[in-house]
Amino acid sequence: MATKLTPKELAKNVERLTPGHRLCAGCGASIIVRQMLAAIDEPVVIANATGCLEVATTIYPYTAWRVPWIHNAFENAASTISGVEAAYRSMVRQGKIPEQNIKFLAFGGDGGTYDIGLQALSGAVERGHQFLYVCYDNGAYMNTGIQRSSATPLGAHTTTSPAGKVVPGKQQHRKDLTAIMAAHNIPYVAQAAPSKWRDLMEKTRKAVNCGGAAFMNVLSSCNRGWRHNTDETIEITQLAVDCCYWPLFEVENGEWRLSYTPKEKRPVEDWLKRQGRFRHLFRPENRYLIDVMQKEVDRRWEHLLRLCGAA
Amino acid sequence: MSTFEALAGNEAVATAMRQIDPDVVAAYPITPQTSTVQKFADFVADGLVTTEFVTVESEHSAMSACVGASAAGARVMTATAANGLALMWEIVYIAASSRLPIVMSLVNRALSGPINIHCDHSDVMGMRDAGWIILFSENGQEAYDNLIQAVRIAEHPDVLLPVAVCQDGFITSHGMERVEIYDDADVKAFVGSYQPQWSLLDLQNPMTYGPLDFYDYYYEHKRQQVAAMEKAPEVILAVAAAFNRQFNRDYGMFESYRLGDAEVAVVVANSAAGTAKVVVDQLREEGLKVGLLKPRVFRPFPAQEMSAALRHVKAVAVMDRAISFGAMNNAGPLFLEIAAALALHGERMPIADYVFGLGGRDILPGEIESVYRDMFRAAESGRVEQMVTYLSVRE
Repeated sequence: MATKLTPKELAKNVERLTPGHRLCAGCGASIIVRQMLAAIDEPVVIANATGCLEVATTIYPYTAWRVPWIHNAFENAASTISGVEAAYRSMVRQGKIPEQNIKFLAFGGDGGTYDIGLQALSGAVERGHQFLYVCYDNGAYMNTGIQRSSATPLGAHTTTSPAGKVVPGKQQHRKDLTAIMAAHNIPYVAQAAPSKWRDLMEKTRKAVNCGGAAFMNVLSSCNRGWRHNTDETIEITQLAVDCCYWPLFEVENGEWRLSYTPKEKRPVEDWLKRQGRFRHLFRPENRYLIDVMQKEVDRRWEHLLRLCGAA
Repeated sequence: MSTFEALAGNEAVATAMRQIDPDVVAAYPITPQTSTVQKFADFVADGLVTTEFVTVESEHSAMSACVGASAAGARVMTATAANGLALMWEIVYIAASSRLPIVMSLVNRALSGPINIHCDHSDVMGMRDAGWIILFSENGQEAYDNLIQAVRIAEHPDVLLPVAVCQDGFITSHGMERVEIYDDADVKAFVGSYQPQWSLLDLQNPMTYGPLDFYDYYYEHKRQQVAAMEKAPEVILAVAAAFNRQFNRDYGMFESYRLGDAEVAVVVANSAAGTAKVVVDQLREEGLKVGLLKPRVFRPFPAQEMSAALRHVKAVAVMDRAISFGAMNNAGPLFLEIAAALALHGERMPIADYVFGLGGRDILPGEIESVYRDMFRAAESGRVEQMVTYLSVRE
């Protein structure tokens, strides 16, 4: 029997990512990792792209991981875990090691996934390795000091898309990585957020049991980059969900399904105004960008509703 | 029973891979290595190996998957050339520093640019500081023999370093030659089974591979890589001795050909050494005392042994199939290393560098003969006429 997804039952399990790691207070990544690993009862082996999660959890000679874990480089978490998984399958098939129902996971930030690691991810899922790739998307290269990535929202201030006198922050919309991964026609793709923890955990279970390659894109607030208080992580994450900037859905064997519909679709402005990285957008000369962003969020949301047969 | 077969170098390497039957091969096709992975794919398709063949989308992912698979305790091999190796670069270093005994067949090809698919050694010379053991092979037989030995060298508990086995692109990789293929069972017995000491799949003892390593430990880990390199020669020679007992082929750190009483010597690696042997024999018939030193183990570099083997000659020519741009006199990497080795071991004979064969340009016996004749003049005058000569180039 799988552990019931209740706080009381889940609290009985040993934490796989231990306290004492050096991630910032209020970091979304550690919340996501703990929720996801708590959802998996089977043994796990993890590959981690270079990034905050990697550097803050394994400063030699310490490690915060109670499970097997490998970091190789920035852009190759997917190809690294594909090698681990291939080794496992090969040696089980030859009878060299026992079958242990291991779940293989890779964690990477949006820099390591949307950008530099996209090719390796595409290749690994196309080859059909049985693993779950998790992108914890905090919308910039936070580890190196908040540089823009292709996941950075329009208008956001980052250190390589600064809000200046002439250019008001990032000039492009976010790449839709979840849809790109769905286009690979792998068994399971989902978008999730730690503010809806049960949804995140249920999706994790589906992903690791889908019988093939799976991908999850999980919104991960970074209060250093987003500029909000450390105790507002979950609240601001949920605002992103409720304004439909970050809809929660899954694509199971090609079938798109919305897993959460906000009771009231909030204006995107409600999410933006809580974060310092968008502060400049509220100056009169930049307010048009909020409208542009709202239009794009609406357009993508309507498109998603059509894909999910919910329009 | 061994058999004699007519095989191209790549086929000989693929045959060794079939016999070794690694747990995982992750590779990407690139000229002139491609026929190796094609042949190996045939073995997989026909059920002749139990290998999990990971057909990656790039060489970067090939080496990345090799690192993952090797950390998981698998015996792992790959094959590449030139730009493919260059794309792997970042992970080539990580493989060595993670002490993962990956074996690579490297088919030497000119690095771009301009793009060129033919032989030279610019690819391997770029990885000389990466922490891999590097073996050169004169022909298909040596590529085959070296690959089999590489598995045992890499996996030896005192070493645990990746090994690259080089052969010359097209000249060896596609040149069909008579190759002795040993009995499958004998090769399997020789390589034995790999017993990983630190497997990522050991769930009872969870490992953390590749942590962040700061100024308080990084330096010590680099020093440990040096210690492994220091132990490698002993292991390389012990594996060679075992190989000789089993298969009756003698390998050392390098080969000395008619060098014992030679007055002048040429040092040249890989396929050009075969051509040089013909020239040595011809000149010997004229009564000229010429010899050849053919490097086999390039990393770790046997400086002291090479200096001792060359001590008695009156002039040395090193032939380089690569250039170290901007290095001393724009010489080749092999020359720089041998010149330093001779000087530091107190040898003061004239020494010259001959760059040749870049981008696959043929090296002809007559050109090698001219190098020997230059060396006789240098031996007589006590000095070389030119430190670095670019053979058969249009100036």
